[in-house]
Amino acid sequence: MSAIIVEHISKSYGDNSPALSDVSFDVARGEVFGLVGPDGGGKTTLFNIMTTLLFPDSGKITLLGLDVEKDYLKVRERVGYLPGTFSLYPDLTVEENLHFFAIMHKSSIKENQALILPIWEQLLPFKKRRAGKLSGGMKQKLSLCCALIHRPDILFLDEPTTGVDPVSRREFWDILTNIQTRGITVVVSTPYMDEATRCDRIALMQEGKIITIATPEQIIQNFKGALFRVKTDHIFSLLQVMDTIPSRCRYYPAGDYLHVSFYEEDTEKIPSLWQQFIQQNGLPAHSLNRISPTIEDCFIELIESNLLFK
Amino acid sequence: MYRIEVENLTKKFGTFTAVDHISFQVGEGEIFGFLGANGAGKTTAIKMLCGLLTPTSGRATVAGFDVKTQAKFIKRNIGYMSQRFSLYNDLSIYENMQLYGTIYRIPNKLLKNKIIESLETLGMATHAQKLVGDLPLGWKQKLAFATALLHQPKLVFLDEPTSGVDPIVRREFWRQIYATASTGVTIFVTTHYMDEAEYCGRLSIMAQGQIKVMGTPEDIKKQMGVSSIEEVFGHLVRS
Repeated sequence: MSAIIVEHISKSYGDNSPALSDVSFDVARGEVFGLVGPDGGGKTTLFNIMTTLLFPDSGKITLLGLDVEKDYLKVRERVGYLPGTFSLYPDLTVEENLHFFAIMHKSSIKENQALILPIWEQLLPFKKRRAGKLSGGMKQKLSLCCALIHRPDILFLDEPTTGVDPVSRREFWDILTNIQTRGITVVVSTPYMDEATRCDRIALMQEGKIITIATPEQIIQNFKGALFRVKTDHIFSLLQVMDTIPSRCRYYPAGDYLHVSFYEEDTEKIPSLWQQFIQQNGLPAHSLNRISPTIEDCFIELIESNLLFK
Repeated sequence: MYRIEVENLTKKFGTFTAVDHISFQVGEGEIFGFLGANGAGKTTAIKMLCGLLTPTSGRATVAGFDVKTQAKFIKRNIGYMSQRFSLYNDLSIYENMQLYGTIYRIPNKLLKNKIIESLETLGMATHAQKLVGDLPLGWKQKLAFATALLHQPKLVFLDEPTSGVDPIVRREFWRQIYATASTGVTIFVTTHYMDEAEYCGRLSIMAQGQIKVMGTPEDIKKQMGVSSIEEVFGHLVRS
């Protein structure tokens, strides 16, 4: 059974191009569902509509069988929301914030302590500290506790790990996986592509529309180009040279490699064509190796080809 | 001459040592990555380098000026951009640049030319009257960077400039960084994206207030016997 059914949601702000146009998807109970896409793609607007904070211009959302517009008060009891901007009370202590959110939801810290325990234990040494004085990672952990303290059936998280270091991000995702095993449905957005692979399914959003919805594995399988990586000590100077030459490939830096994606059908010819290309243009010889794409490569391909065909 | 020279720089808050005897130098046109976990002391270190916070001990010169005695000259001679506060949403692109340029006392005529030149490079010349609040985040970030360069600083601090930005815009931003560095401007940058760490000429990784490792990405990986900076980071932060 679906936890969330989104049907034909549209939303505009004033005369600007629509923030969301005709967005539809379902999220299954107990699923971790990821929303990824460029900034301004409509992710936050969608979160605000799903959590009853904003009404859509048209369309309908059903959460756990409840209509988010008509039954918004009931919906609020069943969902937890961790918004993209820090939204706790900076002048209240860690403990006071959690207590406040528990009371607001007619719950208590005791009642649902088991659910938040692994995170709460990390916060305990700071429980008398004001929330505004916590480090970025700790703020996020407290926000998560506050969003979970009434044991929601669905947890919404809008970019919970933006600005968080890689080790803390991994820990945060371990917590999310743990929440999922307790039967809570999770909808999460992220700008980090490595995190997208930890979702059961991903919806890729751009300019208010959903371009594709699939599992991370499916998205990788659907990669159309042939992807190669080039080892070079001077990625950005190589890029500058490549910019001046018309070519039938897409290229971009990826860590210490340059990724090159070719549109050629006959992938076996590519290494020799590449050799020809670097010799003709007097580029230093660089090795070229075929690799399988990551989610980030797929994202770049999907977004850029979508822009091309507009 | 180095653009940044730091020797045993230390900052204590009461009994807590936020920055613990860090030392490094950054040269002209270098892209220096300043990495570390949340709470490792990066922000405190940057505040001292920008002349916003007085060190407890140690010394540092930035753009040739001493952080303890010449803080106001540092502020005039560096550029600064962060993800958290970049531009005013209620002002247009042009007004934002005009405001920053005026604060840095760029003469009117020169400022006008600089803004036009800068907007043409960015491809935003026809959008000069648009409100910054209506721009996509990617545009805002590029614009904020260009604005931080209006007064032609020799050194620019970029504090998590690509935080929350999508993979395509992040790459465009790094091209802007490279183009700027190639004109001799020194770039001091922080990031939580480990692929971006690889784009730095040299980098340092902080944990518990100390610089635990420093060098080119290639050297650091060899030294630690791992294949990615992400692994280096994991080792240092956990231990």
